[in-house]
Amino acid sequence: MNTEKNITTQTRLTDNIYAGLEKKPVLYGIFALLIVAVLLVPQFANNYLLEIFTNTWFYIVLCLGLNIVVGYAGLLDLGYAAFFAIGAYTTGILSSQFGMNFWLTLPFSILFSALSGVIIGGPTLRLRSDYLAIVTLGFGEIIRIAARNLSITGGASGLIGIERPYLFGIYLSKIHHFYYLFFLLVILAVIVSYRLHYSRLGRAWQYIREDEDAAEAMGINRVQIKLYAFVIGAIFGGMAGSFYAIKMTAISPETFVFTQSAMILLAVVLGGMGKIPGVILGACALVLFPEIFREIGQMRMLLFGIVLLIIMIFRPQGIWPERRN
Amino acid sequence: MSLQEIILQQLINGLLIGSFYSLVALGYTMVYGIIKLLNFAHGDIYMVGAFVGFALLGVFSTAIGAGWLGIVAAMLCSMVLVGLLGVVIQRVAYRPLLKAPRLSILITAVGMSLVLYNFVMVLTNGEYKAFNTDLGFSGVSLGALYITYTQIVLVVATALLMLGLHWFINKTMYGKAMRAIAIDQDACRLMGINVNKTIALTFFVGSALAAAAGVMAGVYYGSIHFFMGFVIGLKAFTAAVIGGIGSIPGAMLGGLVLGLLEALGTQLPMVGSEWKDVFAFVILILLLVFKPTGILGKSEIERM
Repeated sequence: MNTEKNITTQTRLTDNIYAGLEKKPVLYGIFALLIVAVLLVPQFANNYLLEIFTNTWFYIVLCLGLNIVVGYAGLLDLGYAAFFAIGAYTTGILSSQFGMNFWLTLPFSILFSALSGVIIGGPTLRLRSDYLAIVTLGFGEIIRIAARNLSITGGASGLIGIERPYLFGIYLSKIHHFYYLFFLLVILAVIVSYRLHYSRLGRAWQYIREDEDAAEAMGINRVQIKLYAFVIGAIFGGMAGSFYAIKMTAISPETFVFTQSAMILLAVVLGGMGKIPGVILGACALVLFPEIFREIGQMRMLLFGIVLLIIMIFRPQGIWPERRN
Repeated sequence: MSLQEIILQQLINGLLIGSFYSLVALGYTMVYGIIKLLNFAHGDIYMVGAFVGFALLGVFSTAIGAGWLGIVAAMLCSMVLVGLLGVVIQRVAYRPLLKAPRLSILITAVGMSLVLYNFVMVLTNGEYKAFNTDLGFSGVSLGALYITYTQIVLVVATALLMLGLHWFINKTMYGKAMRAIAIDQDACRLMGINVNKTIALTFFVGSALAAAAGVMAGVYYGSIHFFMGFVIGLKAFTAAVIGGIGSIPGAMLGGLVLGLLEALGTQLPMVGSEWKDVFAFVILILLLVFKPTGILGKSEIERM
């Protein structure tokens, strides 16, 4: 990467801090503290805070999913919200119109998001990687327009009254239920991301990202490996969408506009592509920033765009980047 | 109207909209040909062109009226200003990253697009702006068809711009330099061609054409808004791919083909106008499956 010359003494200092944080005992200690803190929060936080935290967990899952595509495999997906939409609508339609239990809709939402990932990724991943970016952008629009114009998706007003499920005999209705549920999802997503990163597949992604030709010469099936990344990312998005549907109980096409995809991408880039703590940090920034700076309103996306540009030009490795040897 | 007349009317509409696509697609294809970058911000440059033209027309209309004279003056000024904007964008956002991994420069282009359209959104409060002209609706009727003079002039203007570009690329030294850089940048540097200046010039020409399309779209539709660049950016890219990305005649052809396909496609049963955009993207995906090099494109082995 072209980062060497951009690294100043100051960033080298932060890199040292990160390296210190990454020592195992320190890391486990921080993890334990964080988990205890997270579990205790509902004891003394109000509903507004819980709502924000739940939102943060939700975006962490989405960002970790996109991170597999963008960070691990180095593919640019500009229509990530489409998979999120597919998951949400699958659950919404199956539960509200076919009376299906939420937990039974999950396999379908995985199936449909994976299938659409294959349909979109299959032909495009054979071509130059920039084609994927524009096709996913188009796909995002197709899904949104389809959701707005089909009758089964409830048209422009969307679906309402999506049934909430029971979990261990508890009817999930209070905000702290979703707080814990989504936190569980975050832990799952982190474990899956971590395991993938250090798997054979993860190394293949890294290889392809760094040098596609060399990877192919080493016997890695370029298209297949990229497709795995794309489809696994799609499944993450679909799952997150399903849970979003029961939390909100209502979904509408306008949730899944391009801005949504762009914001998730920004969070991944901001935190550091490929690095799990970085991506989590990015997702937190994404949710907290507009809450802290309420008054900026319309300026929000403009600022996001400027931040994205500044990061790419001056610190393309993100706040907490992956250390590469 | 009979079916035949509906189809003819749609052909005329398709030709006109297709020529806008062509003008925008040219910028995509030129930039892609020369530095292999998908300039995501290009659709937004078209939108900025429309708004600059709108602002200038407001200024000019008091002096010389909002007739053809005013519109042409506004369009030419908008082309120059937006062309310069394209050069600035290239200099600030893209040039530092030309040697960086491809992903970085693509994300930068997305960021640029976000900045441009959100900037215009904040500036205009997200409202539609009426593009007021004194052109009226006079025209000629052919049977049941009615073609306004505005439509005719717009098609002719597009044709003139494209002919001008053709001349510029094929007959001038600058055009020759552009074609040479598209083939081998390092060899050009050794031959004494100023590569950076030529890339900047490419951005100028591409952005100016997009601005012209933006102003003409404003005249044609009668209103403009900040989000107009997003969908046309996608469609112009589709047009560039149809023609064969990197090929200048391909972009002109691709735009017209897409415009016509779209106009006729929305007449099919089951495909209403609300599905128009979906239609274009489905064409794009099918094309990438079956013929990714497009009509006039050269087959190219992928190099990362």
